[in-house]
Amino acid sequence: MINRVSVTDGRVTKEIQACAVFGVMDRSGRRFDGKMIIEAMKNMRVRGNGLGGGFAVYGIYPEYKDYYALHVMFQDDDPDLKQEVDEFLYRNFDVVHDEEIPTNEEANVVDPPLFWRYFVMPQKKGEDKKLSDDDYVVKKVMYINTCIDNAYVFSSGKNMGVFKGVGFPEEIADFFMLESEYKGYIWTAHSRFPTNTPGWWGGAHPFCILDWTVVHNGEISSYGTNRRYLEMYGYYCTLYTDTEVIAYAVDLLMRKQGLPIEVVAKIFAPPMWDQIDRMDEKKRKFYTTLRMVYAPLLINGPFTVIIAHHGEMIGLTDRIRLRPITAGEKGDMLFVSSEEAAIRAVCPDLDRVWTPHGGEPVIGRLNDVKRVEKVVE
Amino acid sequence: MGMVVRLRDPFMDWVRRIDEIINAVNFEGNTAKIDATGLTHKELNDLIRLCVEKGADKIILKNVCGQRYIGTRLYFPGKRVEIEIYGTPGNDLGMFMNGHRIVVHGNAQDGVGNTMNEGEIVVEGRAGDVVAMSMRGGRIFIRDDVGYRTAIHMKEYREKVPVLVIGGSSQDFLGEYMAGGVVLLLGLNSKKHRANYIGTGMHGGVIYIRGKVEPYQFGKEVGIVEMEEEDYRRVEGLVEDYLKFFRGKGVDEKLEVDEVMGEKFTKLVPVSKRPYGRIYTY
Repeated sequence: MINRVSVTDGRVTKEIQACAVFGVMDRSGRRFDGKMIIEAMKNMRVRGNGLGGGFAVYGIYPEYKDYYALHVMFQDDDPDLKQEVDEFLYRNFDVVHDEEIPTNEEANVVDPPLFWRYFVMPQKKGEDKKLSDDDYVVKKVMYINTCIDNAYVFSSGKNMGVFKGVGFPEEIADFFMLESEYKGYIWTAHSRFPTNTPGWWGGAHPFCILDWTVVHNGEISSYGTNRRYLEMYGYYCTLYTDTEVIAYAVDLLMRKQGLPIEVVAKIFAPPMWDQIDRMDEKKRKFYTTLRMVYAPLLINGPFTVIIAHHGEMIGLTDRIRLRPITAGEKGDMLFVSSEEAAIRAVCPDLDRVWTPHGGEPVIGRLNDVKRVEKVVE
Repeated sequence: MGMVVRLRDPFMDWVRRIDEIINAVNFEGNTAKIDATGLTHKELNDLIRLCVEKGADKIILKNVCGQRYIGTRLYFPGKRVEIEIYGTPGNDLGMFMNGHRIVVHGNAQDGVGNTMNEGEIVVEGRAGDVVAMSMRGGRIFIRDDVGYRTAIHMKEYREKVPVLVIGGSSQDFLGEYMAGGVVLLLGLNSKKHRANYIGTGMHGGVIYIRGKVEPYQFGKEVGIVEMEEEDYRRVEGLVEDYLKFFRGKGVDEKLEVDEVMGEKFTKLVPVSKRPYGRIYTY
């Protein structure tokens, strides 16, 4: 069993990893099953070691599209624990439906916790009425994750969901029956190779807040700085993995501050000072300002991430590309992967395949932005 | 209820015995064909080694998809095998290779020719990061672009001088910590090279760059010197081979050596054999 470490103590809670990441999006908004991404992840099996696998899928709950879908993991058999979470949720939300997340008991996984999902609408009271729905949900998710021991909300967006755990990705997919149960227009996945901290169900990727998800290959050496900065904005890292900071940073910068990914990429992976020196005055001023204002959110260390939210999937590496990335496209399908072979395994005849320079994002957007609403409908 | 951690080895746990996979091999004279569909890294390399032991001098691999280390466990001094690959070979293609020839009809991934000792690798497409890492002999030809840190710590010793020819362009840190060997970057499909930090930490060998490149793109440890007659001869010979390998296979049939040689070349050599000698003192 994993004991909670206080979020403010000084313990090092990050890890080093060499993982596999994969993302696929149909930019027409068409929803497809999990078969493709499961096959792609199997192709990269040697990049992980069976101690963590996970998926994020967008467009899976059209029947509850207006409700936040909270996926909750109970690390403890104690029935009082679930009751405590239930009471908290019923007190703070209008829960329209809740059920155990269907799982396959035959799947090759060990000691899975209990997984439950709640479809909820905020019930704001008093001071909380000032908050937007999204901010209210973030606040309540943070409360459960930091104050209720052994219960973790690991997915909290509308019409999307994260499924993750300890095992190879195909085993986790089998456990949650992703191949047959769900259809989405964006799928991202991760296979983990943890070395510094234990492989546990909550520590698997993707990391999620609202509908923002991140899968990550690398190690964030700026974790401490990033984490402390995010705490000032009410984000608390509780999952013992450095990747968590990217999910919260993306929520802060893109959702709350409304910055486009093109700018956020330059906050996470800014140009070197000598490159900034060679820019024309306007650009130099912009990049200098960006580096000064957002210095605590510079992500240092090697990384390849795939970030997703409704309507958009983004692949990004650190500025000197210390982790691999390959992008490919075929018609409306966009792929981002640790290895080209994994893309070819599921789509042999690509129209185009390329590797962006370090710090330059690969961006997939729905062809028709209005489709976002359609898909959500 | 402590968590049971099952440590599994993703390289070895799914490996089948030779007799369970031998049907993937088809011998015709001295040519062996292997269908790599569904084979793990080790299984494919086991079969390749078996084929060489059984006398194959040509091996054709079909449906390769991500299998790593192809050409690695083939230390047979004096023997030269040709391996043709259809599909996408995985990382560390030709790693530690000693004297064989690999042709890839497609793209390659990271680490092509890692610490390769002798032989030749020809890629009819692009390659990923750290191509020719620590390479110490033989030749590599990549038709298109390469990724980051190409030729990192490539080295030479006496008659063993590794050669890397890239038809497209490179990303950053080309020739980082390079200690020997020859790198030729042709830039056939780009107006200007984008790579920065070229030759950072370089302390041996030579890099030739065809086409437009600015001084700020070079690391502090390299200097530009004049192309001599001998350099032009060497580059021309490599361009001839490049065109021989790739004409009609993604490179214009009509492209002539003179047309390639007509562009400006920049020659980079290290300024010092010990660029960090003053930093790491004791």
